[in-house]
Amino acid sequence: MYKITAKQYLNPLICKITLREPEIAQKAKPGQFVVIRIDEKGERIPLTIFDTDKANGTITIIFQKAGTTTAKLYESSAGSELKDVAGPLGKPTRIEKFGKVLCVGGGVGAAEIYPGAKALKAAGNEVTVIIGSRTKELLILERELKEASDKLHVATDDGSYGKKGFVTDIIKDLLSKGEKFDIAFVVGPVMMMKAVSDLTRQYNTKTIASLNSNMVDATGMCGTCRVTVGGEVKFACVDGPEFDGHLVDFKELAERNNRFLKQEHESFELFKHKCKLDGCKK
Amino acid sequence: MGAKNNMPKTLYSEQDPKIRIKNFNEVASGYTPEQAVDEAKRCLRCKSPKCIGGCPVEINIPAFIKEVAEGNFEKALRIIKEKNNLPAVCGRVCPQETQCEKVCILCVAKKSIDESVGIGRLERFVADWGYENKISGAPVVVKKQQAAKIAVIGAGPAGLTCAADLAAMGFSVTIFESLHEPGGVLWYGIPEFRLPKRILSAEIDYIKSLGVEIAINKVIGSSQTLEDLRKTGFAAFFIGTGAGLPYFLGIEGEWLNGVYSANEFLTRVNLMKAYKFPEYDTPVVVGKRAAVIGAGNVAMDSARSALRLGAEEVVVIYRRTRDEMPARLEEIRHAEQEGIKFNLLTNPTKIFDNANGWVKAMECIKNKLGEPDSSGRPRPVPIEGSEYTENFDTIISAVGQGPNPLLLKSIPELKLNKRGYIEADSDTFATSIPGVYAGGDITTGAATVIKAMGAGKRAARSINEYLNQRTDIHSK
Repeated sequence: MYKITAKQYLNPLICKITLREPEIAQKAKPGQFVVIRIDEKGERIPLTIFDTDKANGTITIIFQKAGTTTAKLYESSAGSELKDVAGPLGKPTRIEKFGKVLCVGGGVGAAEIYPGAKALKAAGNEVTVIIGSRTKELLILERELKEASDKLHVATDDGSYGKKGFVTDIIKDLLSKGEKFDIAFVVGPVMMMKAVSDLTRQYNTKTIASLNSNMVDATGMCGTCRVTVGGEVKFACVDGPEFDGHLVDFKELAERNNRFLKQEHESFELFKHKCKLDGCKK
Repeated sequence: MGAKNNMPKTLYSEQDPKIRIKNFNEVASGYTPEQAVDEAKRCLRCKSPKCIGGCPVEINIPAFIKEVAEGNFEKALRIIKEKNNLPAVCGRVCPQETQCEKVCILCVAKKSIDESVGIGRLERFVADWGYENKISGAPVVVKKQQAAKIAVIGAGPAGLTCAADLAAMGFSVTIFESLHEPGGVLWYGIPEFRLPKRILSAEIDYIKSLGVEIAINKVIGSSQTLEDLRKTGFAAFFIGTGAGLPYFLGIEGEWLNGVYSANEFLTRVNLMKAYKFPEYDTPVVVGKRAAVIGAGNVAMDSARSALRLGAEEVVVIYRRTRDEMPARLEEIRHAEQEGIKFNLLTNPTKIFDNANGWVKAMECIKNKLGEPDSSGRPRPVPIEGSEYTENFDTIISAVGQGPNPLLLKSIPELKLNKRGYIEADSDTFATSIPGVYAGGDITTGAATVIKAMGAGKRAARSINEYLNQRTDIHSK
């Protein structure tokens, strides 16, 4: 069993948990993920590793409540155990000295961009981070990302904090003012990654997108996470999750991620119903 | 003895096809003790029996059948378990018609597989009897405790067999399994209605009782490398990671929603129990008309699962004829009884979408049989202009699997063949790295459970020899 040693709510949707996982803590690199299964009846879902503590043998994960599994995880308490955790999986982020680097995180993507941004800065890059959320209350990791970058920009859709608008508005601003980046990394909702990639393409800025495909085994066995990249079929779990954003077929990715929307909704409603009967915390 | 041999093979009761297509319970219920004794009495007890040679794990078939005929089921179980640690599995999933039962003298003499002794059914009966009566039947061996630790990568049929045999030789063995359940394809691939999970669990518990440790959720190559394991004291390795990489059709539209690899479809259904959604969280969606491409066991399992998940019509599309279908005879018969349609001499060429990213239809072309190809089977030749289009909302591609590169990429010095499988000696199963052995689908490409078990068994012997030759490891 896999013990949750600490838990912290970052906001009404996003939560941080620490798991005792000495082997994964030793091995994990920025950009990699674990697959978890909460209980005997649970789904296997991939979650990006936010941070590791080799000395204490723990890994930290930040996730957003989005469906049954993440809602169950949001409800679980420190001291409880997950049925299964496997990892680290996926190819790590390419960390080298590129020069000027742009890291963009939308929503909970801010947590997923963090380990890469930190490692890229440590590798001697000048790192600019842009994060965005719907509203101020949902913004996460501002302080941590400030420390992990040279410049931090914030956007909120409703203008309740930082610049009003999307992360792409800030990118547009920077690029049109003549700022040049040697490479960009982006994590967030599919359409946001598409918008960022479309924008950076115009400025010939190589862009790496970390895909949030549905997965089952996450070891290259089932192909549910297959995605077309530059006309070739790739598996996000083992060939990715990071790919050249200018080559990813985001429309296909969005459609594939909606494959089980109806069933996911049904499952979530059932969970909420059970929650009502049992009395959930949140 | 032999009084019953003028009768054909004893049948066992099966769920009515009309009822069973609405559930995932096992189709065949197995012999009763009386049926088993009757069937065992059909054995002619040949002076030089051919059946043993037809068994990849060399079970002493005439000896166990003699014990069944005399009602000594425990003795029969011990004879089987001397050679086979997964008899309840093998009795259910082995293609007996191409192995032991094919060379049975009754089959040869009467030129019909229905006349052979029901070796597979008897094996299943004896194994199930053992589990029901809580008799393990483990062979009594005085094992010398060996000092060496051995790591087995992959808890499928090859790995389980290799590990069990090494444990019986006195080695300390750990199997590293990437998924959350051990069993490999037996767990994620073969449906409940053909191999119930409680049977598989009982066999795996038996293997654990021999002293084998199984570490789940360990993706070797990613969580740890072979080198990491070597550093923690493992002296020899067996790689049995199977053929887990799904092949796709390579045709237009295969990325569409509603197109599954058989691996994904079956993993959702079997490993994640999607057939119990929403009680279980993992979904699977099957439309009204499903097409399954391919005609091996994986295709039959997919087709029959799709039917049980509510498809009104399921069509198996295969490029050759019924004679060339690679599936086990019983699976083809069961599929036919259940109303699965077969479009033979047909090959898909294109998948069309419904404008919302989902499958709507598939274009196929008809074939005729040509000259034999490298596999010895007649080559399917497309008939020009015979294309036609049919509506489907689910398409399951069961056209084969390749080697999963995840582990292999982490061992660059390991020699692979042209197709990407591990190159292993066909007798010793030694790879290009001393102390590293490999067997099963990861060396041969997708084959049968029993062939993988045979490889695991022979590799265990080689590993024993290798470790005994090494002077740096001493017995306790």
